[in-house]
Amino acid sequence: MFEALVISTLLAQAVTGRPANADEIRNFDITVFPDGKGLPAGKGTAANGKEIYKAKCAECHNEKGEGRDQQYPRLVGGVGSLASPKPIKTVGSYWPHATTVWDAIFRAMPYETPRTLKPDEVYAVTALLLHWNGIITETFELNEKTLPQVKMPNRDGFISDARPYQKLKK
Amino acid sequence: MRPYGDRSPFEKTLRGARESTKSIGVGSSRTPLHELYGTITPSSLHFERHHAGVPAIDPAQHRLLIHGMVDAPVSFSMEDLRRLPSVTRPHFIECAGNGGGELAGNAGADASRSHGLLSNSEWTGVKLSTLLSAAKMQSGASWVIAEGADACRMARSIPITKAMDDALIVYAQNGEAIRPEQGYPLRLLLPGWEGNASIKWLHRLHVASEPAMSNQETAHYTDLHPTGKATIFSFEMEASSVITRPSGSQKLAGPGFHEISGLAWSGRGKVSKVEVSTDGGKAWQAAVLDDPLMTKAVVRFRLPWQWDGQATVILSRCIDETGYVQPTRDQFLADRGPNSTYHYNGIKSWRVEADGSVKNV
Repeated sequence: MFEALVISTLLAQAVTGRPANADEIRNFDITVFPDGKGLPAGKGTAANGKEIYKAKCAECHNEKGEGRDQQYPRLVGGVGSLASPKPIKTVGSYWPHATTVWDAIFRAMPYETPRTLKPDEVYAVTALLLHWNGIITETFELNEKTLPQVKMPNRDGFISDARPYQKLKK
Repeated sequence: MRPYGDRSPFEKTLRGARESTKSIGVGSSRTPLHELYGTITPSSLHFERHHAGVPAIDPAQHRLLIHGMVDAPVSFSMEDLRRLPSVTRPHFIECAGNGGGELAGNAGADASRSHGLLSNSEWTGVKLSTLLSAAKMQSGASWVIAEGADACRMARSIPITKAMDDALIVYAQNGEAIRPEQGYPLRLLLPGWEGNASIKWLHRLHVASEPAMSNQETAHYTDLHPTGKATIFSFEMEASSVITRPSGSQKLAGPGFHEISGLAWSGRGKVSKVEVSTDGGKAWQAAVLDDPLMTKAVVRFRLPWQWDGQATVILSRCIDETGYVQPTRDQFLADRGPNSTYHYNGIKSWRVEADGSVKNV
């Protein structure tokens, strides 16, 4: 009893590490949330995005986001296909949040040199993909305020996990 | 004498690998389950799935930052973490896409190609709850966004209930530092959950009131149903099993005694029973399970078998402690359709031909 108490008191003191300060958190934190929290200030249109896309994205994703073989699936089109025998999952047909497009490009692209695009360039390429998917016009300005307000076609396409679905009998 | 040992030169078992031709470092390799024994996967044969290569990280420079909805944001060095109370536990990691070929009707010729995105290791590390307590979580905190230090900064949102339950931050695998391909020097380990969520090369935990909806957890690891709706945050890997001996690509030497043996696992807890059929699913017998039965860890099952030399089909099904029974492929398809991609766990059959060769059915 006494020993258990000593151990639990010691475990409560199991604290190491050093305090993290606001600057290091700011420099390290790249999370972007669906409501736009975490998006940096910046702006871009689909028109601005064309040259950047051609230079930095087209080699893999093809000239207009049509993809290349299985390694680089389509980014554009497929709306209405999800319930068909051959669903086409793209930014336009499947992704529920526009903020995810910005985050995925900034975080991980271009593949060889991720996180080298400036915020304005990421807004512009995001705008281009949304435009090619018919979600915004070519001149619509995406910025940290307008991006979270873009409603994606498949925004309501997701359901929470309700498994097990099976009503199995042996 | 060798300072660091290697296996006998007669032993040739290897992982089968597939890599993107254009984006070097993107790909997967599979554990050769049909050529292994017991339950622990040798670290050199653990399956891999990388989305942007394997970073080279100096552990002396590596830190884990916890921030967001915490009163005491904190940064841990590797030594800070090793000083804390640790646990050692066996757990499997299974890729959510394991068995995807079986679902797609493109079944693997052997147990590596059918189920090899599954491995089982003894992991050592700190409970995530210990770290979150140290950072003093605020009320309303309900998700933790885990991020890796790989080139794509892989990120997944984890419900706080799992984080405070059995989630581990591990630095060791099978008694030594985890391998680079498994997240050296530090990875998240979410027992029983889809492998993609157990972020490797872990360097940041962002405590929040909502998920980030990262591209991995929306565009990729979601399960599309025939209705066009998709299940999101379907983390648990359901009960599954595969016979590894005799299995595809092997050949029985002749009629007579052969032990049937295989692996069973459940992301919901312990395996409680494995049943094996040697007549194509007409009659089922309970297999013997090797002790000890550990939660969310692979178990080895065995059944003595006298093969009469006739062609037949052998199969196994797993039942876990929740009472869940591994479904047939048809049952799975009836529930989720052919395009759900992830979390396939249908019963696997192998056909034993009269000449002893074993093939995928």
